[in-house]
Amino acid sequence: MSAAFETVLALGDDALIAAQRLAEWCSRAPDVEEDIALANLALDQLGTARLLLSYAGELEGAGRDEDALAFLRDDHEFRNALLVELPNHHPEPPSPRSGDFAITMAKLLFLAAYQRDRYRQLAAGPDRDLAAIAAKAAKESAYHLDYATLWTLRLGDGTQESHARMQRAVDEIWPYTYELFDDNDLRPGWLAAVEPVLAEATLTRPPEGGWQPRGGRAGRHTEHLSRLLAEMQVVHRAHLGARW
Amino acid sequence: MNSGTGSSAGQEPVTGEDGGVGVPLWEVFVRPRRGLSHAHVGSLHAPDAATALRHARDVYTRRQEGVSIWVVPAAQITASSPEEKDAFFDPAADKAYRHPTFYPVPDGVPHL
Repeated sequence: MSAAFETVLALGDDALIAAQRLAEWCSRAPDVEEDIALANLALDQLGTARLLLSYAGELEGAGRDEDALAFLRDDHEFRNALLVELPNHHPEPPSPRSGDFAITMAKLLFLAAYQRDRYRQLAAGPDRDLAAIAAKAAKESAYHLDYATLWTLRLGDGTQESHARMQRAVDEIWPYTYELFDDNDLRPGWLAAVEPVLAEATLTRPPEGGWQPRGGRAGRHTEHLSRLLAEMQVVHRAHLGARW
Repeated sequence: MNSGTGSSAGQEPVTGEDGGVGVPLWEVFVRPRRGLSHAHVGSLHAPDAATALRHARDVYTRRQEGVSIWVVPAAQITASSPEEKDAFFDPAADKAYRHPTFYPVPDGVPHL
């Protein structure tokens, strides 16, 4: 498999799995406005995932289209970073299993800051098809970052309860951000984007170093991805080739 | 910075008409394109102006309906009341001379 295919597949899988996780909030968000906002973000990610996976299929040249890549691969064949597959709640109580908004916002803040810069980098790259997809996606990521920033500030610099939960979310998600930069040199710029937000939100930025879980880019995932895929793929696999 | 409570100076949380959930109601105005005025499209709940603007973007401009958005605290709007309807609006009914119907609209000015 070519390096270009691997690169595009990793980007597409990030977007696809992030979309599926965000979509879990649909009908469960704190209010209807937030419900629509989160669904919009999920659809942005899904739209980018479709373009990237279609293009990955072309690069591979094995006849796999976006559906084959999204629905007919098993967990070890996915190349998304671990960060996007993490559930929407903190592993420890009292974080509600139905979804902890602070966790979702921490994931979105870190992911959007990375995706924006990565897409901008690719938009200026030599691959013109990928550059066109990335240029479109970079604008969406910029909005996702703006949205996540707003909520990080509100929760971090809010009540004692919201501050504690946002800090816990940042601490929980932070280790998973290292993997995002294994195939690029964007971490310094990412830190420069994220650090001021955390500071203004009166949140403590975890120190560099420490535990750095990896493996997603090599197909070694958490059990959370397996469960997510089971739900995402079941209809397609039960009705192969079905059309609306 | 006091973004967490939404009660920074000059922007007190608006109470009343909040659907009983403690989150203020905002009226949303969208300008469909350059050359047209902002028009009222609906309302939404949000804790502060910045959030209201983003919600308005997501709820009312997802299908490219606009190029500009205003959000206004619903409680800040002074409205005419139904009891005043006769006194306010009926006197205009028989004053046809106020309608500028006596000259042709030039071509190419559809929104005049």
